[in-house]
Amino acid sequence: MILRRPFFWIILFIAALFIYAPLHGNNVPLREDLILVAIAVILASNLNLMIGYTGYVNFGHIVFYGLGGYMGLYLATVRGWNLVLSALVAGVAVSVCALLFGLAILRLRGAYFALVTIGVLEAVQAFVSNFGPWGRSTGMYISFDAYQPLGGAMRALWITYYLVIAAMALSMILSLAVKNSKFGLGLFAIREDEDAAVVLGVNATVYKAIIYSVSAFLPAVAGTFMFYKNGMIDPSIAFEFMLSLEGIVMLMLGGQGAVMGAALGGGLYETLRSRLLTSPTLSNFHLVIAGGLLLLVVLFAPGGLIGWFYRVIPRARKVIE
Amino acid sequence: MSGILASMIDGLLVGSVYGLAAMGLSLIWGVMDVINLTHGAMIVLGMFGMYLLFSAITVNVYVLLLPVMAVGLLLGIIVYWMAVHRVVGRPILLSLLSTFAVNMMVIGIGTAVWSTSPYNVNFSLPGITFGAYTFTGNHIAAAIAAVVIALALQLFLYRTRTGKAIRAVADNREAAELMGISSTAVLTIAFGIGIALATTSGALVSTLFPFTILSGSTYQLKSFVVTILAGLGKPFGALIAGILLGLLEGVVTPFIAVSWVPLIEFGLFVVVMVAFPRGIFGRATA
Repeated sequence: MILRRPFFWIILFIAALFIYAPLHGNNVPLREDLILVAIAVILASNLNLMIGYTGYVNFGHIVFYGLGGYMGLYLATVRGWNLVLSALVAGVAVSVCALLFGLAILRLRGAYFALVTIGVLEAVQAFVSNFGPWGRSTGMYISFDAYQPLGGAMRALWITYYLVIAAMALSMILSLAVKNSKFGLGLFAIREDEDAAVVLGVNATVYKAIIYSVSAFLPAVAGTFMFYKNGMIDPSIAFEFMLSLEGIVMLMLGGQGAVMGAALGGGLYETLRSRLLTSPTLSNFHLVIAGGLLLLVVLFAPGGLIGWFYRVIPRARKVIE
Repeated sequence: MSGILASMIDGLLVGSVYGLAAMGLSLIWGVMDVINLTHGAMIVLGMFGMYLLFSAITVNVYVLLLPVMAVGLLLGIIVYWMAVHRVVGRPILLSLLSTFAVNMMVIGIGTAVWSTSPYNVNFSLPGITFGAYTFTGNHIAAAIAAVVIALALQLFLYRTRTGKAIRAVADNREAAELMGISSTAVLTIAFGIGIALATTSGALVSTLFPFTILSGSTYQLKSFVVTILAGLGKPFGALIAGILLGLLEGVVTPFIAVSWVPLIEFGLFVVVMVAFPRGIFGRATA
């Protein structure tokens, strides 16, 4: 049972901290920082399901976030649906697309799959940029009174913040649950040796398609909340390739394969990035630094921070999963 | 009707440059089983290399291909030792990520230096006119250059000792080592040649179209499509597949908006990859 894992309670504690910290003294700048950290954690955790658990690189993970944002925003504003309902419907819709698509492309092994994911991102972006109802390349803007159902813009910002934190906690719980399930064991088997896994009765194509689809759900939900909060969406923001790559950097930095690794990497990298972006000399070079960091981690410490931590304190593996 | 024919011929000319770019990717992929995700960045460096050289010394751009090629070779050797050597033969995840990291660094530095505004190389050869249609001289010359370089590579791979060593390592690295071939040296050279092909094709593209620091991803996608069409590690097949892709672009562009082209190419990419995992021209090998 997942409730018996100590790490489950640690996740809830982290989420509670995220909620409590900005509430204390109505600290809006802190809330804005933390929401970006939470998004980073959501993206890195769900990417971890593919890269860390299954050993399949998804370069276009951001496509779920952007597509979810588009669908959710469309439902919430143009159709006037409830925000949470729109987010859930967007999440399910994106997951179903991912499942169907995954069944087709996940027959491809390893590197071939990774290449296709780059193409998926380009193709979806090209499609959305030409899609009339979603405003083509200019995107969609929310008028101010769209926030009325949530009691005005001020309250809406706080509500979306709580919703994003909830999505973050759910992402980590999902990672933990998958890790401790039979399904998760199947994924690990695929990661270690796909041929052997197939021989032992793991239906690799179905497993991979399911995890591809599952890893799409929460980013899509979070995308709805985030773009609703920002009040606008356009294809270049929604499908920003760089953010997709930064997700990979976060995951490798924190340590792929571990729930805490993804979260830690997401949090640390996002904090570092906001420092870099606000510094006048370094803002142009944040990509260079991210790339350098990724290269160093890949070449010299493929286990990331959490891997190093496990080596120093092996028993921590039982608690910090 | 003759408009489509003209568009097809033009696509054929441009396609040979795509083919040249894909040859570099295919060579590296075939020899060391590394999917080089710096490919797009290197193509862009070739474009900017040509731009800088041409603004410094105003000579015929095709003469400048040689220094661009030499710089590409050197760059390839540096990148090999920096990012690839440690991950050759290890899980594909690592080489994908390490080459990607280099790609991010190059694009990051490039964006800081040149921003993302468009550049072009202001050079044009007189074109050839058939009736109502003119084929620009640059397109014809680029196609000729691409085919000549491709043939030179083919000769190099099949007629020289080093070329044979590269093919031997691609075939079976252990066996090649046992025959006294230093596989590290061969991998370094092969990577250098692959990158040199990327920069050269970038330099040729820069004489055809305007470009930005971010143009690389488009040509990288095309190179992947071409490599998959041709089958892995078949450099000359890549040239032919590139010409086919150019031909396809020539056929479809009169009918649809240009912004849909990536979608079509990507669709082709997926369909070919799922239907023919070894490439259309590739033979079934293990």
